[in-house]
Amino acid sequence: MTASTAIPAAQIEGLDKEFGSVRVLDRINLTIPAGRVTCLIGPSGSGKSTLLRCLAMLEEPSAGIITIGGRPLGYAMENGKRVKLTPARNREVHSQIGMVFQQFNLWPHMTALGNVSEALTTVRGMSKAQAKEIAMLKLTEVGLAHRCDYYPAQLSGGQQQRVAIARALALEPKLMLFDEPTSSLDPELTGEVLNVMRKLAEAGMSMVVVSHEIGFVASVASKVAFLDQGRILLDGTPQEVFAKPRHPRLAQFLDTYLDREAVMLA
Amino acid sequence: MNFDFNLVAGYLPAIGWAALTTIGLWIVALAASIVIGLAIAVARLHGGLLVEAALRLVVEAIRGTPFLIQLFLLYFGGPFVGLTMERLPAGLLALSVFGGCYMSEVFRTGIRAVPRGHIEAAECVGLDRWQILRRILLPEMMVLVLPAGTNIAVGLIKETAVLSVIGVPELTAVISGIGSETYAFVEALTLLSLCYWALVEICARLGRLAEQRLSLYRFAA
Repeated sequence: MTASTAIPAAQIEGLDKEFGSVRVLDRINLTIPAGRVTCLIGPSGSGKSTLLRCLAMLEEPSAGIITIGGRPLGYAMENGKRVKLTPARNREVHSQIGMVFQQFNLWPHMTALGNVSEALTTVRGMSKAQAKEIAMLKLTEVGLAHRCDYYPAQLSGGQQQRVAIARALALEPKLMLFDEPTSSLDPELTGEVLNVMRKLAEAGMSMVVVSHEIGFVASVASKVAFLDQGRILLDGTPQEVFAKPRHPRLAQFLDTYLDREAVMLA
Repeated sequence: MNFDFNLVAGYLPAIGWAALTTIGLWIVALAASIVIGLAIAVARLHGGLLVEAALRLVVEAIRGTPFLIQLFLLYFGGPFVGLTMERLPAGLLALSVFGGCYMSEVFRTGIRAVPRGHIEAAECVGLDRWQILRRILLPEMMVLVLPAGTNIAVGLIKETAVLSVIGVPELTAVISGIGSETYAFVEALTLLSLCYWALVEICARLGRLAEQRLSLYRFAA
């Protein structure tokens, strides 16, 4: 494939993140192509979740610039200096990003419908009826319209995660971030969440997925980045990254998955 | 001397009024405690270091001294600094501040107990700090603190008895007055204890009922 001239969904340049004296991300450069799925893989503590959280503005990068659809997020280069953007300047760019968490993080005191429509009424200022209409549409998309009046405690883990996806989709994001979305689900429930994500990918959503589901990564991702100790060791198409002979660190990492679905890659 | 409830039976209407007074005091003081407690808790969490230090001092002082002394200081000491109050407002103010300080500690730990991820999820969909407080933190916290809050509400019922020392005509003042008149102290005080126990029991039941109702919103995780 030739280099696309289209604006990437996100561009990460020279990103550092330090927690105290510990450098969690080390000069990360990564392009997130629009309309494609980019997967971040790597061992625990490699920095992949932190990288995703920087994209979601849940962590503040120590250095570097992130742009979303060509527009700066959090920090911008102005006259050769890195300056922090005001919340007002960030709002619009930030609103184009949807985030899905490993722990779902649904609000327990609101129904599925309440969770999905909350930001529509509180942030976007829509009427209840208008918000409900959109929320029901999104719940239908994840196959949970019939559970709209259920509270999170009444839903299975997989259903909760699908509601969480609908909650993020309700704001019509341009980029969806998934932080180990199936890691706290058992294999049976994992499937229903991955199916929703697959459908989203087929519809052309730009996605960044941190995942240990190597099978899903290999089949859905257009781009894979392998992180180790805060650096991107490899990135490219799944074919390139998983091609043999493999980078020794990646081989070592994949070995731990051989008894799981990574068998198909062996 | 025989135990004879009939000695106090003639005073039932007066006792009824006193019971209503106690319940009224309790409801007003409880409502005010919740408002004061919320204000203190939110101010301590969001108000910066100076506000936090000042409010911590107030809460520690109130929690570290007997309510009786606080009431005396307000009612008898107040006039020295130009704060002269009637019995009822003085008693209610003292009781509300006392309850509010205890409530604030429960609310503060409750707010802290809301999972960080629930707040992050709200930040991600664009809620601001105030919206997160109003829509996520406070409602979730209320469910979490219900058992501890009920405890304080129950304690507050019994604390209303202290207001008798400045002459607020509530249960303790009225019934011990009857005891003095009839010399039937044991009967009067037994009746008094039963009255408080009944009130406490009702309050605890209401608390448990609310807990059951709200259990749906509670997370097993």
